[in-house]
Amino acid sequence: MTLDKNQVKAVIAKRVAQELHDGDLVNLGIGLPTMVANFIPEGVDVTFQSENGLVGLGPAPEEGKEEKDLTNAGGQPVTLLPGGAYFDSATSFGIIRGGHVDATVLGALQVDEKGNLANWKIPGKMVPGMGGAMDLTVGAKKVIISMVHTQKGAPKILKDCNLPLTAKNQVNLIVTEMAVIEVTDKGLVLKELGPDTTVEDVKAATEAELIIPEKIGNFGL
Amino acid sequence: MKKIITMDEAVDKIEDGMTIMVGGFLGCGSPDKIIDKLVEKGVKNLTLICNDTGFPEISVGKMVVSKQFSKMYVSHIGTNRETGRQMNEGETEVNLVPQGTLAEQIRCAGCGLGGFFTPTGVGTEVEDDKDKKVIDGVTYIYEKPLKADVAIIKGLKVDKKGNVYYNQTARNFNPIMAMAAETVIVEAEEIVEVGELDPNCVGTPHIFVNYIVGGEK
Repeated sequence: MTLDKNQVKAVIAKRVAQELHDGDLVNLGIGLPTMVANFIPEGVDVTFQSENGLVGLGPAPEEGKEEKDLTNAGGQPVTLLPGGAYFDSATSFGIIRGGHVDATVLGALQVDEKGNLANWKIPGKMVPGMGGAMDLTVGAKKVIISMVHTQKGAPKILKDCNLPLTAKNQVNLIVTEMAVIEVTDKGLVLKELGPDTTVEDVKAATEAELIIPEKIGNFGL
Repeated sequence: MKKIITMDEAVDKIEDGMTIMVGGFLGCGSPDKIIDKLVEKGVKNLTLICNDTGFPEISVGKMVVSKQFSKMYVSHIGTNRETGRQMNEGETEVNLVPQGTLAEQIRCAGCGLGGFFTPTGVGTEVEDDKDKKVIDGVTYIYEKPLKADVAIIKGLKVDKKGNVYYNQTARNFNPIMAMAAETVIVEAEEIVEVGELDPNCVGTPHIFVNYIVGGEK
């Protein structure tokens, strides 16, 4: 079975959603991480923060019901759930740096064996800026990277990141369509395999050294 | 003191070479009418302190397109290709700052503090040329306060004394910028009489606001 682009993203987002616990405050990055909100398991109450100044982020508004003053950190129109709240940017990053966010889910250009992350700059090519990513990676209790495993076939999980870092030693978990990989003091541990994926497949698509435990789980669509 | 002024009088407060703070987050909560007038006036060589550089056709992004900044402190420029072009060609000095650090630098300036130690950016190029300190086993970077000559901010409702009521996520950087500049100009969607705003809901007390414009709604 070959997954199309949307299925790949759904597999990743659904698996990441299982990492979130009842009562967690979570910040989702732009793009694929945003999709995680669609897969929160039944009965799990997660509060989402958006760093431009709200907690209690709801689903996208219906067409024609957008409010000009209510956006997420990507500038897109969003809704606020009952019980949500607004605040200024200094408070928002007090929440983030102060350790009040349980988990953040971010994309990556590169991640490495030491839990280093690069996702804000390709020198000379693309320099969007770090936005809130450096604060989120340092401040959130758990940093989950959700990304497609390779970039046009080239590994993104490396021995050492060679792009400018977003954060040093901050990544806790990497979730791709091929694998769930935990960052530990000893290195990267392969915890689970994605749909129709073997250990050899993951090794071939990963530059970093992987620790292969005796028991490896599976996840799917 | 009369605080309500015309848009022409407002932009006259901003002169070539000044440092300006612009409220808003990707266009949400930006003082768009003042920005449009600044584009028209063509004031140049400004230093910008803002979360981002908006979009080419939206908010402060328009001023980037008309090349009004020689220097900027921003956290994100990915939505405006013109900023990236000016940075790569060496036309504009772009200082990319982590968003939380930028917010706290502004807050510190408004609160009379000489800076702060943050864990954000440790081990990245953000720490280059900055002092570091280990406090209780954690490494921090020292960051300085950031202040401006003029802050232009946006409020949904502003009373004639200058109390500002913000709406939803249009709040963002506006209240902290209102404390960190010599001169603060608020663009109001609606100007209301003194007493009409519930004091419990004032986001920026009038003491921080020098001038009010807008209110045509």
